[in-house]
Amino acid sequence: MIKPARVFGEVMRHLFKKPATCAYPFEKAKITERFRGRIDFDSPKCIGCQMCVRVCPAKAIEIKLSAEQPPAPVQAEGQPPVPAKRKFDCFMHLDHCVYCAQCVETCPKDALIMTQDFELAHTSRAALTRHYK
Amino acid sequence: MAKITIPFGPQHPALKEPENFMLVLEGEQISGSTINLGYNHRGMEKAAESRTYIQNLYLIERVCGICSHSHTTTYITNVEELAKAEVPQRALAIRTLIAELERVHSHLLWLGVAGYEMGFETLFMYTWRDREQVLDCLELLSGNRVHYSINTIGGVRRDVSAEQKAEVLKRIKFLEGRTQYYIKLALEEPTIAARTADVGRLPPEVALERGAVGPTARASGIARDVRKDEPYLLYDKLDFKLITHNTNDVFGRLVVRALELVESYKMINQVINNLPEGPISVKVPMKIAPGEAVNHYEAPRGEDIHYLKSNGTDKPERLKVRAPTMANLQSVSYMLEGGWLADVPLVIAAIDPCMSCTDRAAVWDQKKGKMAVYGWEELRKLGIEHYKHRGIDFSKL
Repeated sequence: MIKPARVFGEVMRHLFKKPATCAYPFEKAKITERFRGRIDFDSPKCIGCQMCVRVCPAKAIEIKLSAEQPPAPVQAEGQPPVPAKRKFDCFMHLDHCVYCAQCVETCPKDALIMTQDFELAHTSRAALTRHYK
Repeated sequence: MAKITIPFGPQHPALKEPENFMLVLEGEQISGSTINLGYNHRGMEKAAESRTYIQNLYLIERVCGICSHSHTTTYITNVEELAKAEVPQRALAIRTLIAELERVHSHLLWLGVAGYEMGFETLFMYTWRDREQVLDCLELLSGNRVHYSINTIGGVRRDVSAEQKAEVLKRIKFLEGRTQYYIKLALEEPTIAARTADVGRLPPEVALERGAVGPTARASGIARDVRKDEPYLLYDKLDFKLITHNTNDVFGRLVVRALELVESYKMINQVINNLPEGPISVKVPMKIAPGEAVNHYEAPRGEDIHYLKSNGTDKPERLKVRAPTMANLQSVSYMLEGGWLADVPLVIAAIDPCMSCTDRAAVWDQKKGKMAVYGWEELRKLGIEHYKHRGIDFSKL
């Protein structure tokens, strides 16, 4: 039953194999399509409903009114005035984010987009708060 | 011989997580041990009370990194039971698939850790390299390697496509071959036999008495598995064997885990080949009906129990998690007794401990600002006083 050096043959075979690891960062890591990376924001689509803010488990998203608002459309003659579409900014705290992408699923207007971006380390904490306009 | 008490941990090279074992030594032999928990307490159960059900999903996932799917599935089964949601069959099948892939990855990881602890580092390197295959499967299906986040209240978040099925089957076929090799290695290699046979003995009656669960109990010959005893998800429709072993030692635990891998591959094949058609989730309202629910789940390490109490709002009133390591730690102090000091890391590793799972309860004295340990008498006194404040007198009982 007991055979000494049972693993020897396997070890010898491994001497002639390619390494199982890859030389990251010189070689790009393979990322799957479904990978949940940094969340991107598409401001024109946002309606400011704050659903993503409420659903976020890590309190990583802030949606605020933009400092510069687009001008109201010109009032057509005989028509009631059309209210201007409000523009929103997104502050994404990457240091809080747990990358669950629940906000992307919850957003009713698809204003939040999941990207495959994973190289997010930074030397300053301030740079981890992204301001999307 | 004089007795010496030495601390093993909380910081120790052999322990992957902070935990303290006070070992009473007589020479090289251990005559007694005390386990102190609480170095990894993160207050998750309390945190869960201030988050909504959907937010809790991602919090509960982080109870443990290895069995993240086990914890969310148990939690979500409770929520769905209270909400009386009918989860589609396809969603249940995908949950079962992820659960079994998770078991494969956890058991392969354990095999590597055991190899490392017994000084057989070749085994460690091989199993961890092969484990990448199953992690790739999980990444392919869910998007991430560790926190899959596949569950959502009422179903799953992502569907399985035909190409993904083929890819997973290809990788599982490769792993089946490798596992057969590891089983042969475990049974024939003298290093493994010498290092694990008769180490950390746990007779069946002691395992029962101390409430051992999972592979630890099954290696002592106790046929206990939630998947068989009380089938959840799709386990009642799957064909698999309950693996037990009767050597009651670390070797038995190794064999049980290796053979369970084969059963898991069988189940993965069955689920993928008979994946039911239909929707993958149903809509569940944010507010959950009031009530209580308890569910158990066979996590890779053993039985995981979740208790949930809802008060009709969108946040739970109470969530309690009993992780498998908590149940198995009682047995560890028995297994250590009479053994050698050099075997301690291997015996502890043999239950596949996950301390971050276990440490969610500790007694903290706010006034003094330090940790307090309560004995049975003190706890009883505290309980009586607590009720006295509320106008109920138990002191005469």
